[in-house]
Amino acid sequence: MTPELITFILLASIAVASGLGMLFSRNAVYSAIYLIINFITVAVFYLLLGGAFIAVSQVAVYAGAIMVLFLFVIMLLGAEKLGRSGDTLPWQRPLAIILGLGLVAETLYILFFQAGELVALKDLPEGFGSPSSVGSVLFQEYLLPFEVTSILLLVAMIGAIILTRQEKKNAGR
Amino acid sequence: MLPVSYYVGLSAVLFAIGALGVLIRRNAIIIFMSIELMLNAANLAFVAFARVHEALSGQIFVFFVITVAAAEVAVGLALIVAIFRNKQSIDVDQMSSLKG
Repeated sequence: MTPELITFILLASIAVASGLGMLFSRNAVYSAIYLIINFITVAVFYLLLGGAFIAVSQVAVYAGAIMVLFLFVIMLLGAEKLGRSGDTLPWQRPLAIILGLGLVAETLYILFFQAGELVALKDLPEGFGSPSSVGSVLFQEYLLPFEVTSILLLVAMIGAIILTRQEKKNAGR
Repeated sequence: MLPVSYYVGLSAVLFAIGALGVLIRRNAIIIFMSIELMLNAANLAFVAFARVHEALSGQIFVFFVITVAAAEVAVGLALIVAIFRNKQSIDVDQMSSLKG
């Protein structure tokens, strides 16, 4: 047991446990908090894999902005708890669990028995994943996708405003 | 350095948890969170393979996926708010009618 393996097992069990907590908690606010724990753990994995800039933007954008939006909507709607509605599809839950376990089993089988071990042998070059190296690749090779992303964000913003706008003149509904 | 396949295996497990959440939960907001979990698992696989091949393109893709997830969450939550206004509920079982 090397220290790296112990760190990995600890962090992986936190990630899986918080994922399962998100899945099974009755209160949507608790689910959101579990998901934030999961995102922060995954950010630590990014650090271990040499993605410093991605780790920081994961914490800032995912655990910060996106989850705040989730919590805001949960509390705005007051939809923390959903009353148990009668299951319209009672066979769906056991089938979903079986299929989910099957998905895990076959990915792990392919990964460990078919693909061979993926080992990163070489040490990373100096500054791999730092903001300057990510920035130079982003603004040289991927400049066009970057600009398209800005249009996507603009469209999403306008769409969100239009979808949530209170309609004034539909008293007939 | 651990074999990178451990990280990819963890990403598969997280993806399965997210897929399970989409299938067994009825709360629309929790379904959205499960989709975020699946995107996150895919990001972890991207970063792991970027480490194997020492290519920064994987990390750039993670950056784009995070942006798309932000846009998706903004539009999706706006849709949920609109549905809640109409039906006073975000239970996906009750969104079964095509008309209002």
